Amino acid sequence: MPRKVWAVLQVRAAEGGAEVARMSWEAIAAAQRLAALDGGKAAAVILGSGLGALAEQVAKKDLAAVYTADAPALAAYTPGAYVSALAPALAAGKPDLVVFPHSYQSVDYVPRLAQAAGTGLLPEVTGFAEEGGGLVWTRPILGGKMQAKVRIQGEGTVLVSVQAGSFPADGAADGASPAPVEPLGVDLSTVKADREVLGVERVGGEKIDLTKADVIVAVGRGVGGADKLGPVEELAKALGAEIGASRPVIDNGWLPRDRQIGSSGQTVAPRLYLAVGISGAIQHLVGMKGSATIVAINKDPGAPIFTVADYGIVGDLHELVPALTVAVREAKGQG
Amino acid sequence: MRIAVCIKQVPNTEARLRIGKDGRWLNEEDLQFVINESDEYALEEGLKLAEASGGEVVVFTLGPERVRDALRKALAVGAARAVHLKDPAFEGGDALATGRALAAAIRREAFDLVLTGSQSDDLGYGGTGSVVAGELGWPHAWLVMGVEIEAGGKSAKVTREMESGMNEIVRLSLPAVLEVQAGINHPRYASLKGIMAAKKKETAEVTASDLGLDPATVGAAGSRLAIVSVSLPEGGAGAQMIEGDAQAAAKTLVERLQKEARVI
Repeated sequence: MPRKVWAVLQVRAAEGGAEVARMSWEAIAAAQRLAALDGGKAAAVILGSGLGALAEQVAKKDLAAVYTADAPALAAYTPGAYVSALAPALAAGKPDLVVFPHSYQSVDYVPRLAQAAGTGLLPEVTGFAEEGGGLVWTRPILGGKMQAKVRIQGEGTVLVSVQAGSFPADGAADGASPAPVEPLGVDLSTVKADREVLGVERVGGEKIDLTKADVIVAVGRGVGGADKLGPVEELAKALGAEIGASRPVIDNGWLPRDRQIGSSGQTVAPRLYLAVGISGAIQHLVGMKGSATIVAINKDPGAPIFTVADYGIVGDLHELVPALTVAVREAKGQG
Repeated sequence: MRIAVCIKQVPNTEARLRIGKDGRWLNEEDLQFVINESDEYALEEGLKLAEASGGEVVVFTLGPERVRDALRKALAVGAARAVHLKDPAFEGGDALATGRALAAAIRREAFDLVLTGSQSDDLGYGGTGSVVAGELGWPHAWLVMGVEIEAGGKSAKVTREMESGMNEIVRLSLPAVLEVQAGINHPRYASLKGIMAAKKKETAEVTASDLGLDPATVGAAGSRLAIVSVSLPEGGAGAQMIEGDAQAAAKTLVERLQKEARVI
């Protein structure tokens, strides 16, 4: 029996209905690859309200079916609503693997779904391979400093979330003809929110748009304190760069939140990105790995930032940053 | 309010990490252990909420003997008591198995709120608190950046972090489980007085049988995941590493940025 693989898409409200978040195409790509291991086809599941046009769009992909749970009660995301719609569908459909994009929304509800539906849970997968008659999955551990290879044990469905960028969205293949769109087949009258959604707000008002910066000097925890930022500011000035930061710098109050780069901050892709004292947790890497040239300075040769960098220097940033400022000024004839 | 805070002791990832002999985990002998970062913030949030309402914090953890250090630290900063889930049967669990065990221990008392960190810095499953919520039948929220207790403790207005610099504001009925994100507050340090007082505070040890749990449903036996091996991450092409003292390395880097990458 081929594996039965579903992908549950992340949908967001948009003008004129709903749209699929980009990461959802990555979940489809991963599900297609998993199903293809033994010649099967994946199915997609979409939850929301007013899904007609969206389902047609998804059905163009090479899928066995597109299942929709379309009800006003699913217009706004809450874990309660999503779990109450999906748990009975998992019980009835018994898929082997259900793929989700690993997003802030899915981490909020997928563990709860696994608990409610009695399935397994395999979060933040970056890859898989068939080894020794079974699948071996790869996922980051220890903030990306190491990776673990993991096997699934026991029987029954496992919910798998795939890390952003691990299964490129353009890998989601189109089908020869549209896939059938069918109702998910659960009683949506029992769908019930477990929280009241009061609204959204922008954090601290985004005063600085780092996405337009040509050169960024980004600092991490390794800089050691707000009082030690002076030399970094000098370097940024010499390079004509904006200053960015990884999350710990913001959490410690060394720089304002509008300087944060990463999954909960801004996503940037400048011509030159200089990471100073940033170890490179995955939440930071997703926000900057598209930069054209990446330089990393860190005292730890094992820091994951070096895996995405083009140039690396292992050493004490408090010595290297002033030395770099001098070298940049000389090179630019400002010395 | 009576508040349970679940914490985890994790390896200090800033220190050097070496893979153990069996290749399936780190060599624990040369590790330093600390309280998981987001759990420290959860503990601080719990202490603040307990102080504001005249309540108390009970801290829960699961692990071998060494995790007593984490409990001692939590007691020193102000938790009233500690519960240590200590049983080889609890070890090696995934988020579901660990969440089941913690929920069974929490359920023995009456709490208004359970707080945890949003994700562990070692295994990073990010789901244990949500599983606890499911087991207890309570609402939950993950990645919490603000908590405001309302209606005399009947509900909470919660700020949740979303992607791209946005927050979502939601209201949950209490009791609930809140999974706190790092940065929500400023965790306090233990005072000498606190450290002394902690020595007199109670830490209860509980086993699977104390909680009425079948050992096959918790720990490695109750998990759907088994770690086969750990290794250094597979990078891309890898960085061109530049050697030399600070001045020489800086000069070489700037030359390459000018001549190879042409970005200066």
